[in-house]
Amino acid sequence: MGETLFQKTWDLHAVRRLPTGQTQLFVGLHLVHEVTSPQAFEMIRRRGWTVPFPSRTVATVDHIVPTRDVARPFRDPQAEEMLTELEKNCRAFGIPLHGLGSDRQGIVHVIGPELGLTQPGMTIACGDSHTSTHGAFGALAFGVGTSQVRDVLASQCLALDPLKVRRIDVEGTLSPGVYAKDVILAIIRRLGVKGGVGYAYEYGGSAVDRMTMEERLTLCNMSIEGGARAGYVNPDATTVEYLRGRLYAPRPELFARAASWWLSRASDPDAPYHDRVRFEAAKIEPAVTWGINPGQVVGVTERIPKPSDVSDNAREAVSEALAYMGFGGGEPIRGTRIDVAFIGSCTNGRLSDLREASRVAKGRRVAPGVKALVVPGSQAVRAAAEREGLDVVFREAGFEWREPGCSMCLAMNPDRLEGQQVCASSSNRNFKGRQGSPTGRTLLMSPAMVAAAAVAGEVVDVRTMLR
Amino acid sequence: MTTAITRIEGTALPLRGDDVDTDRIIPARFLVSVTFEGLGEHAFEDDRKAARDRGVSHPFDDPRFSGARILLVNRNFGCGSSREHAPQALWRRGFGAIAGGSFSEIFFGNSVAIGMPCVTLSGEAIAELMDLVSNAPSTRLTVDIPSRTMAAGGKTFPLSLPENAREAFLTGRWDGTSMLLERFEEVEAVASRLPYLRDF
Repeated sequence: MGETLFQKTWDLHAVRRLPTGQTQLFVGLHLVHEVTSPQAFEMIRRRGWTVPFPSRTVATVDHIVPTRDVARPFRDPQAEEMLTELEKNCRAFGIPLHGLGSDRQGIVHVIGPELGLTQPGMTIACGDSHTSTHGAFGALAFGVGTSQVRDVLASQCLALDPLKVRRIDVEGTLSPGVYAKDVILAIIRRLGVKGGVGYAYEYGGSAVDRMTMEERLTLCNMSIEGGARAGYVNPDATTVEYLRGRLYAPRPELFARAASWWLSRASDPDAPYHDRVRFEAAKIEPAVTWGINPGQVVGVTERIPKPSDVSDNAREAVSEALAYMGFGGGEPIRGTRIDVAFIGSCTNGRLSDLREASRVAKGRRVAPGVKALVVPGSQAVRAAAEREGLDVVFREAGFEWREPGCSMCLAMNPDRLEGQQVCASSSNRNFKGRQGSPTGRTLLMSPAMVAAAAVAGEVVDVRTMLR
Repeated sequence: MTTAITRIEGTALPLRGDDVDTDRIIPARFLVSVTFEGLGEHAFEDDRKAARDRGVSHPFDDPRFSGARILLVNRNFGCGSSREHAPQALWRRGFGAIAGGSFSEIFFGNSVAIGMPCVTLSGEAIAELMDLVSNAPSTRLTVDIPSRTMAAGGKTFPLSLPENAREAFLTGRWDGTSMLLERFEEVEAVASRLPYLRDF
């Protein structure tokens, strides 16, 4: 019987079975940012520990950085302190930092792949739940909390329980105007926000095989929104070609050997899965969330559910979501007025996302009264987009073109909703208050759909705007 | 460094609702800090304000439940962001254990790491306990880790806690870094066999 990529990677990195019964797992790459690390470094110092593998940890700043005025010191003294603290900690422990001012800075889940740090067959950890993103390369990537950041810094290991593996096949061809974001929202809609608890999701099938690396990153990114701590796509020729020539990719003389090892990591054809689920790509349409978790989602041509549409045990949750969002239930999602449009985040802040959004924005204008911002995922994304003139397209259409960071995905910087504003957002979470206003409202959708909503002033079907 | 955790005893606070995410437990603006200190007072800050605005009392502001040691929740508690600030905020507010229908994995692991057991009970048991505590807030509950039981109001409910976590609490190994450093030569042995750390 063959093995899954999960099993191969787990076994290769297993150090020992711990007295608690968990597995001690070696972490091949540890990514660090400013929000979940300062307390971990402080604990290391207090205990007198060291960081034994400093070159296997890489740091950047993303969560709190302003996207308009990045001059130091920041206006927010606490944000400034967090950045200073990370700089001090990286210096003290010899950890490479791609900080503010570096052309490699950006959202941690955007720069890992684009620098070639993220590679197939690795174990990866980061104090951020969207670490599942890196699974796009066939890596096993776990989001962890601060105490586990401390564990990895001090020992390069995590204590973990193994996951079951669910194979998710997406077969067929996506229609024009339907993106990886719509696929993952369709998956979460069917399997639920807690359906993946205890699982790693292995994505495959012909639609996934044809996806670019950036699309696979979007897909794996939101595994955690379905409850799955990890999600991955088996490495293939697309993966190998993406990595060729990247800064931290193997040197040319080693590359062929590396590539053959990477491909050997893929799940075997007869690998066992705990269960399998299948989706038809052609049936997926542009998706929009209407509620307060990413599973509360409909296709753009559908109506928002009414409490009476759902089973008894779901009715209260639907009523709560409708009340918070200000929907009556039963109305079409199309036509929902928006106040803010946000294009960016670790889910959809990459070059291909900006290209698709710019196709919609080109030659059109942001609707009066709508505030629209584009926040590239990294300095490299920003530079590449500017080389193609995408910044000009967006600016001419009335979008603000900002500096890279997490920005309005979680609003730890000055980019926030106000009051009960409704935001069309390419990010990953529509939780209550997520975008900075305790009463703010989020509609998740693809970047192209956000651009379409920005110019229409309301939710529209992007397929009517793409030629 | 750490001590065994065997039993958590005290009054309880019922917090109803599935899928309570960590953004609600502690909104992101309170994460702009280099320490966990002071987080306890901000737990559920926005939910509490929203309740006040509606003229109702959030359980966290209800004086009948002040000083509670055990938090009662429903299913998929702690989903979303991996922020350890969420269990830290609850722990710093005085909770020693959380009993619920189910928990997100990352939240569960973060809670183990700070010595706050998250134990799972059947939906019926949680509903019964929430009703009991709502009607009689001074009821004392006991989470007993060795016997995997919850005692309340003269009744005993079975609870589940994965064996690994149970073992970690009972042996004081829940603060795991020391354990991971115990046989460091084995860590180095794994590092030395990884193709990507040795030029493939």
